[in-house]
Amino acid sequence: MENLESILKQHPFFEGLLDKHIEFIVGCASNARFKTGEFLFREGQEANHFYLIREGTVNLEIYSPQKGAITIQTLDEGEIVGWSWIISPYQWRFDARSVDMTRLIALDGKCLRDKCNEDPELGFELLKRFSPIIEQRLVATKIQLLDLYGKDD
Amino acid sequence: MEKTIETNRKTNGQYDPLITHPYTVKRVINETHDTFTLHLGPTNGRNTIFPFTAGQFNMLYMYGIGEIPISISGDPSKPEQLVHTTRAVGTVTKAMRGLKKGHSIGVRGPYGNGWPLDNLEGKDVVFIAGGIGLAPLRSAMYQVLANRDSYGKVVLLYGTRTPIDILFRKELERWKSRFDLDVYVTVDRAIGTWRGYVGVVTILVSRAPYDPRNTVALVCGPEVMMRFSIMELKKRGVKSEHIYLSMERNMKCGVGHCGHCQLGPTFVCKDGPVYRYDEIDYLLDIREV
Ligand SMILES: Cc1cc2nc3c(=O)[nH]c(=O)nc-3n(C[C@H](O)[C@H](O)[C@H](O)COP(=O)(O)OP(=O)(O)OC[C@H]3O[C@@H](n4cnc5c(N)ncnc54)[C@H](O)[C@@H]3O)c2cc1C
Ligand code: FES
Repeated sequence: MENLESILKQHPFFEGLLDKHIEFIVGCASNARFKTGEFLFREGQEANHFYLIREGTVNLEIYSPQKGAITIQTLDEGEIVGWSWIISPYQWRFDARSVDMTRLIALDGKCLRDKCNEDPELGFELLKRFSPIIEQRLVATKIQLLDLYGKDD
Repeated sequence: MEKTIETNRKTNGQYDPLITHPYTVKRVINETHDTFTLHLGPTNGRNTIFPFTAGQFNMLYMYGIGEIPISISGDPSKPEQLVHTTRAVGTVTKAMRGLKKGHSIGVRGPYGNGWPLDNLEGKDVVFIAGGIGLAPLRSAMYQVLANRDSYGKVVLLYGTRTPIDILFRKELERWKSRFDLDVYVTVDRAIGTWRGYVGVVTILVSRAPYDPRNTVALVCGPEVMMRFSIMELKKRGVKSEHIYLSMERNMKCGVGHCGHCQLGPTFVCKDGPVYRYDEIDYLLDIREV
């Protein structure tokens, strides 16, 4: 746990959190490992975790019966995977698949959700940290939709 | 035979920037389905060599069709190889795509100011390229790599549409295998067996390994992509005065006479195409007339 605590404390995502909040989060954290091609989660499943990538790469994918799995974004070392655990109805919107052997820290969203309800200060801190990620991915999606490098850029 | 270096700026001692020289296509490389590289050499037997600065452009004239600005994508230390990489989008560029070895094309230039590579010693240099924007940055890459020890980290972030749109593939692979260079290629849309990054290049800006306090960023691509990349650079802490971008405007004369390429109080052909971001940030939203 010592190790997890120092990793989480040093990660920019958790920077500035009160010690008591970090302590609680560490209590909800565990190490996780996924093999090449393994799913972290799949669309439609209940979203009860989020992940911090320590090593490796994860693809977010949408599955289409006609086209198969379409990768929409690659996430890399140091990045956060998944915010559906904090947004009702707490269901994954995409598949997340490990591109290579990936080591992550898994955070138990269910336990965090309950705690956030009890302690709105922690809830607000976490929302403050997730909203820039959500915004960044929304902007990225908009840019992707613009098809910037297509014929009419 | 001794080479005569002629900058194309003087004719009989008079400054005449409007002279077009005939050049012959020496080699055509089909980079992708719509983008090609032309290696050109002077036609008239004289060694008309264009010494150029990375980031400068030439006006290329397809006889009887039209003239367009195209950046020089070759190595500034080898000015005898005049190299341009062009994406076929319209009348002139599509006609240009039909050129074969031995065909003729008119060239005048080089014009514009180029990337400020001389002042970057000791700094991390981050190249951010979108689509065909990699072409003008390739010249700068050559120059930086030729003097690799003078710089801190060198990072290339390149975003393009799909894996089949990736330019200079072999070169990118060579660069990727170097230990003194970080190269990240991302595509907006993954197709086929692509196993690399998917997502817009702006995301790479936020995560690439460079020290924002000691970084100079050189950005080239569609304007929207440049705006969002700059936003991410600033979020990371790169100062506006350390960000340079290459602007495009429609051009006619290429030498500051006609006003066609006006951007605020500047002419892109003469004062640009490379601008320091803090000097034109207020102009970035200005639409072309
Ligand atoms: C300083 C400078 C450097 C440039 N360097 C390069 C380069 O290295 N390689 C390169 O391929 N292009 C470059 N360009 C862009 C190039 O000049 C234009 O693509 C070209 O003028 C288009 O001419 P056209 O007759 O083929 O197209 P047009 O017939 O004039 O236009 C046809 C279609 O293409 C679109 N179009 C026109 N210009 C552009 C553009 N800049 N980008 C995308 N779509 C466009 C038009 O909106 C229209 O839909 C540069 C431009 C500038 C100003
Ligand atoms: S193109 Fe004529 S002034 Fe720039």
